[in-house]
Amino acid sequence: MISPETPPSLSESVPPVVVSFYEKHKKIYIRDVRGWWNTWRWVLVWLTQIIFFGTPWLQWNDRQAVLFHLAERKFYLFGLVLWPQDVFYLALLLIISAYALFLFTAIAGRLFCGYACPQTVYSEIFMWVENRVEGDRASRMKLDKAKITFRKFRLKALKHFVWIALSLWTGFTLVAYFTPVAELLNALPFGLSGWELFWMLFYAGFCYMQAGFLREQVCKYMCPYARFQGVMFDPDTLVITYDAARGDPRGARKKNVDKSLQLGDCVDCGLCVVVCPTGIDIRKGIQYECIGCGACIDACDPVMEKIGAPRGLIRYTTENALARHFSPADIAKHILRPRIMVYTAILVAITLASVVSLAVRVPLKVDVIRDRSLLAREAEDGRIENVYNLKIMNTTEAAQRYALKVDGLGGAEIVGEPSVSVGSAENHEITVVVRVPPDVGNKGANSIFFDIKAFDHDHISVREKATFLMP
Amino acid sequence: MSDFVSDFWNLYVVVIVTGSILACVALLIIQGKATFTPGKTMGHVWDETLEEYNNPMPRWWTWMFVITVIFAFVYLALYPGLGNFKGMLGWTAVGQHKAEVAKVDAAVKPLFDKYLAMDVKAVAADKQAMEMGKRLFLTYCMQCHGADARGAKGFPNLTDSDWLYGGEPEQIKQTIADGRMGVMPPHAQLGADTVKDLANFVRSLSGLPSDSVRAAKGKEAFASAGCLGCHGPEGKGMHAVGAPNLTDKVWLYGSSEATISETINNGRQNKMPAWKEFLGEAKVHLLSAYVFSLSQGAK
Repeated sequence: MISPETPPSLSESVPPVVVSFYEKHKKIYIRDVRGWWNTWRWVLVWLTQIIFFGTPWLQWNDRQAVLFHLAERKFYLFGLVLWPQDVFYLALLLIISAYALFLFTAIAGRLFCGYACPQTVYSEIFMWVENRVEGDRASRMKLDKAKITFRKFRLKALKHFVWIALSLWTGFTLVAYFTPVAELLNALPFGLSGWELFWMLFYAGFCYMQAGFLREQVCKYMCPYARFQGVMFDPDTLVITYDAARGDPRGARKKNVDKSLQLGDCVDCGLCVVVCPTGIDIRKGIQYECIGCGACIDACDPVMEKIGAPRGLIRYTTENALARHFSPADIAKHILRPRIMVYTAILVAITLASVVSLAVRVPLKVDVIRDRSLLAREAEDGRIENVYNLKIMNTTEAAQRYALKVDGLGGAEIVGEPSVSVGSAENHEITVVVRVPPDVGNKGANSIFFDIKAFDHDHISVREKATFLMP
Repeated sequence: MSDFVSDFWNLYVVVIVTGSILACVALLIIQGKATFTPGKTMGHVWDETLEEYNNPMPRWWTWMFVITVIFAFVYLALYPGLGNFKGMLGWTAVGQHKAEVAKVDAAVKPLFDKYLAMDVKAVAADKQAMEMGKRLFLTYCMQCHGADARGAKGFPNLTDSDWLYGGEPEQIKQTIADGRMGVMPPHAQLGADTVKDLANFVRSLSGLPSDSVRAAKGKEAFASAGCLGCHGPEGKGMHAVGAPNLTDKVWLYGSSEATISETINNGRQNKMPAWKEFLGEAKVHLLSAYVFSLSQGAK
């Protein structure tokens, strides 16, 4: 929480006041900052956005490479076609993402928040636009305070125009994951279906609102991850910390004044506060608003260089390292601790399991549905028949021919043609009659097995259990 | 929500719902002010050093809360939710279902109408129509006739060339549209002995092993007891009343002497439901064509 300016020790003497529980949001003006961590953030901005904006344009097998086709209920991912039955992989993906988040957070704090979260990434892009159009922090504050003039109107209009254009493109890109991008382009702007238009504008609207106006409030008041990532911290977690022992007492100083003033290294220039995207003062210790973006480090290091002090008054370090004066090597040694090993083990195991499972996945699914109404039937020759509907789902992108076999009861055989052709990525239903001699099996339910095997691919085969009723 | 017997429950729901929403508003107003000591924490401490201050929320949170309250009232005005009040839109789940069904029906109508205008035999030769027919069959018919349409005990096989009421397209269509009532009257009054004779005779008609003496007596009983009235003098059956042909190998209930005796003693009642009202002419037409096509391989 943003602590008031009075140190806690004095707070006892401050009389309580009755105030509104809600107050108008104070806009934060963030100063632009350059530096090592900011460069990394921009690397990730480019990386994530090239992937996000670029993916829908990729082609694969004469179709869009990544397409979540809701109407067909198929997810195309490059060479992979996932069906609704594969929703299991979505669960795995979420588990992998969750453990990756746990692991990164336990090692180095809110890395996701600071570098990869869409809220951070889009805010960063929008702020870049703001900086180019309206100028630096001081000019922006002046412009906001100024009366409306033609220049102010022109700058504001230009900024919002660029923001809205970016947002609309973002919304368009999102929809392009669900409707092929070529169709979308042709349909623009008035041929879009209601839902396409809705989601495009919905996503664009939220992008504009959250990256343009709400910014740090999303992290402070809305985001659940922001709240629970602190739980994963421990004393060996790397977090961005102001080294109070080295910095305090703070104070301005002239150059080449000796240290006899008993001042710490902090010159109280306030740069770390004005570059902070959530508007906090890192020197008050770790707070839940801190998204671990490293902007304050980038702001502080050049100042330290100027006054001839070592860099890293504000730096990535751990609670233990501060308390026990660890060297970087010691910090590295403390990374391997039980919690990290467990996270890593689980993450690696689940990732491997998912990859293996996807690699050996049989691109054929069969559901055997016994006729509900017919129990058993006597054929003309006295043998017993049961009827089944087989739903055969060919999840490859080529037409396949399958051979059907049945076993499990002596003399069981399929009546009629024991093979079936299914088109590419098609769900085909066939009715199969199984006939057995009248004297096999038990009265009542018996287990039989259907073997469905592709003619020209040995590895595509499925064995499904079913029930055969004897009268 | 509209079928409360007494008005009390209606009021009960109205009071609770509106009261809850108004309580939310009251909560917002009462909790809008707080005693706040600058710099003082709330007094909770976690993890040795983790503490919280009591800082104000941004004002737009309040507006979000107000919007949800307004939404609740607007929703309750438009949709059913307040006791017996039906809502201004008149929305019901049944109505929505009907509207959606009507939408689909309107979309597929041209397709069905195309086939309705065609002759059943022509429809039976149309590949797409037969795919549709199969899906309809698996939805409405397979419960009795089986997914492979080959019937079961008491339910006729539709894939052979043996028909109770005739296998011409118009007869099939009549069967599906208007249903059939197949009645074999009970003949227990003939006495157990005669029934056994008859059963042996009936078995002999289709070449099944039988007692030749009893079969000869059964032949006479067949005429005198009036069996031929429905099954015909040669036991070939009659489409007009749906009497089965007794000379072929097709048995609706079974061919053993015991089963045939049971049929003669107790009679049989069979019912094919009428589908015209439920499915409509177009689907019945398509199904007739599908059933007709099933029997074409058997000729």
